[in-house]
Amino acid sequence: MVSLSSYLILSAILFSVGVVGFILRRNAIILFMSVELMLNAANLALVAFSRFLNSMDGQIFVFFVMTVAAAESAVGLAIIMAVFRTKETINVDEINLMKW
Amino acid sequence: MVETAFFVVLAVVSVVTAILVIVQRNPVASAIFLIINFFCLAGVYLMLNAQFIAIIQILVYAGAIMVLFLFVIMLLNLEREKKVIAKHKLSKFFGVVLGVVLLGQIGMIFHSVLLEGSKGNFPPEKVAALGNTEVVAKLLFTEFLLPFEITSVLLLVAIIGAVVLAKRQA
Repeated sequence: MVSLSSYLILSAILFSVGVVGFILRRNAIILFMSVELMLNAANLALVAFSRFLNSMDGQIFVFFVMTVAAAESAVGLAIIMAVFRTKETINVDEINLMKW
Repeated sequence: MVETAFFVVLAVVSVVTAILVIVQRNPVASAIFLIINFFCLAGVYLMLNAQFIAIIQILVYAGAIMVLFLFVIMLLNLEREKKVIAKHKLSKFFGVVLGVVLLGQIGMIFHSVLLEGSKGNFPPEKVAALGNTEVVAKLLFTEFLLPFEITSVLLLVAIIGAVVLAKRQA
């Protein structure tokens, strides 16, 4: 029997990897992939809690999180396409029109 | 014993592929490693008796979302973007430090977590007897009907938004 904390530690590691990726990388698509990693880590924690609390609510929550993630990635990738069309780059350091 | 071995294999592969996703120079390679990562997480969900979520993970994440990612990578000409990691050494250093501190914090919270909440109505034996997908479906269409309907509106908004954004401006 694998304990709850093993699942939670795995989730914490995956989330931290996502955060580090988001800070280190400058490619907008890789940033999106890091966000997906973080979402998945949160999903893992939800499912683990749902299993060890004998409840199904966590799994329903994960279902909704996945729907939102799908909508978010569709809109986000469309934004990346639009930005690439005007700026010819998806390097987030060069997309600084609204920075100051 | 078998269960622990299975979990260790899945955990190690998922962490390694997650790290490869953020260090690969080629976005296509990152996407492929992310797909492997999603499959490992689906395996972990199966170990947690969440069969429906595991299948949805593969269908929606590894299938739909990653195909979208690969299409966008294919449509953009990213030769110039290959040089990827943050230019400034300092921000790289602080990024890793922040990640380690965050991992420590979350790890500490999760390590000391006490499962004190009252137990729900769905012990594994009952869910196994009823069937995981049936239980999820019943809850979705009764207790969580309103969020479920709102989700469909959200998806509609996302479709319209994506089409409007992707349309070539005249």
